[in-house]
Amino acid sequence: MSENQRTIEIEVLRYHPEKDQVPYQQVFQVPFTDDMSVLQGVQYIKDYLDGSLSFRWSCRMAICGSCGMMINGEPHLSCETFLRDYYPARVRVEALAHFPIERDLVINMEGFIAKLESIQPYIIPKEERTLAQGEYLQTPEQLKVYEQFSSCINCMLCYAACPQFGLNPEFIGPGAMALLHRYNVDSRDGGKAERMELVSSEEGVFHCTAVGYCSEVCPKHVDPANAVNQNKTNAAADYFLRFLAPKGGAK
Amino acid sequence: MNKRRPYVRPMDGWWRRNPFFIEYMVHEGTALFVAAYAGILLNGLLHLSRGEAAWNVWLDGLKNPWYIGFHLLALVAISYHTYTWFKIMPRTMPPVIVGGKRLADGAITGGGLAVAAAASLVLLAAVWGMAR
Repeated sequence: MSENQRTIEIEVLRYHPEKDQVPYQQVFQVPFTDDMSVLQGVQYIKDYLDGSLSFRWSCRMAICGSCGMMINGEPHLSCETFLRDYYPARVRVEALAHFPIERDLVINMEGFIAKLESIQPYIIPKEERTLAQGEYLQTPEQLKVYEQFSSCINCMLCYAACPQFGLNPEFIGPGAMALLHRYNVDSRDGGKAERMELVSSEEGVFHCTAVGYCSEVCPKHVDPANAVNQNKTNAAADYFLRFLAPKGGAK
Repeated sequence: MNKRRPYVRPMDGWWRRNPFFIEYMVHEGTALFVAAYAGILLNGLLHLSRGEAAWNVWLDGLKNPWYIGFHLLALVAISYHTYTWFKIMPRTMPPVIVGGKRLADGAITGGGLAVAAAASLVLLAAVWGMAR
């Protein structure tokens, strides 16, 4: 390591289900250099100080969405958050808020995966086309309508930022709703009526109270709060328009 | 045997955990002043319906320094509520496309605040004109 190496304290929330009743804090002294991320800090702990520390990571460049953690109480991708920005103070690292802790910094994401499946995150073609008919074409303007919402990397930082999800884990939540919106406004898609039933359901958009923190923490500028709130309007419109043009469950 | 035992952290005091949540609770809290002020005006309407004497009792009540103090407090709270309302507005509406480009968040917030200020001034001028 280079000569400008310093030592920082990293406080980690530990939890091993086979021996711990509740999580507890453990502090490690970690040597670091200016180019080291918080992820590299916890990797140092695992490699040199305590091999039993568990956490998820993969790409190290803010694209896989695996390494989300609460860093000093805020949801961040640990690979793009740097130790130098906290030094000389101690850095507190904890598993993503609002999710059950499986072990140390690893959360249980089963609920999120089920929500992701429930929104049918794929194009349900408006009209079936044979291979001979060629691809589904789209103009740049039509792409622009959903492009921002397609940037989601499923890192779940927005869920860790959403107190309504913390209070009601059934809430479909910002990330899944942004992806739902991404497909609903795609010009090639015809599945909107099916997905709107989920939007308007008990677990749907009306759990949201427009805190807006989800969009603040999103590392990909998806603005999930916008997707959720646009769909409040869509759900309300569906509710009132069903009297004029019944469809779906109201038929 | 399955050793999994996912730990669910409590949500007690969640709104104190992050400055963003504290601000959220403050701006939601200012809505109570909006409701309280509506209550004051409804009370005035009730007095008005009971005749001139009752109306004058309500008007005199308004001159109490405590009441004037509350009005100032309510003005500050409602102004802050208005500001935060329009600040979150760009997140709550479909994108507005002007000349092929998406209207910036600042323009939506600024436009909303300008309309709110103009409407308040028009109302103030109208009431002022009627009172003279």
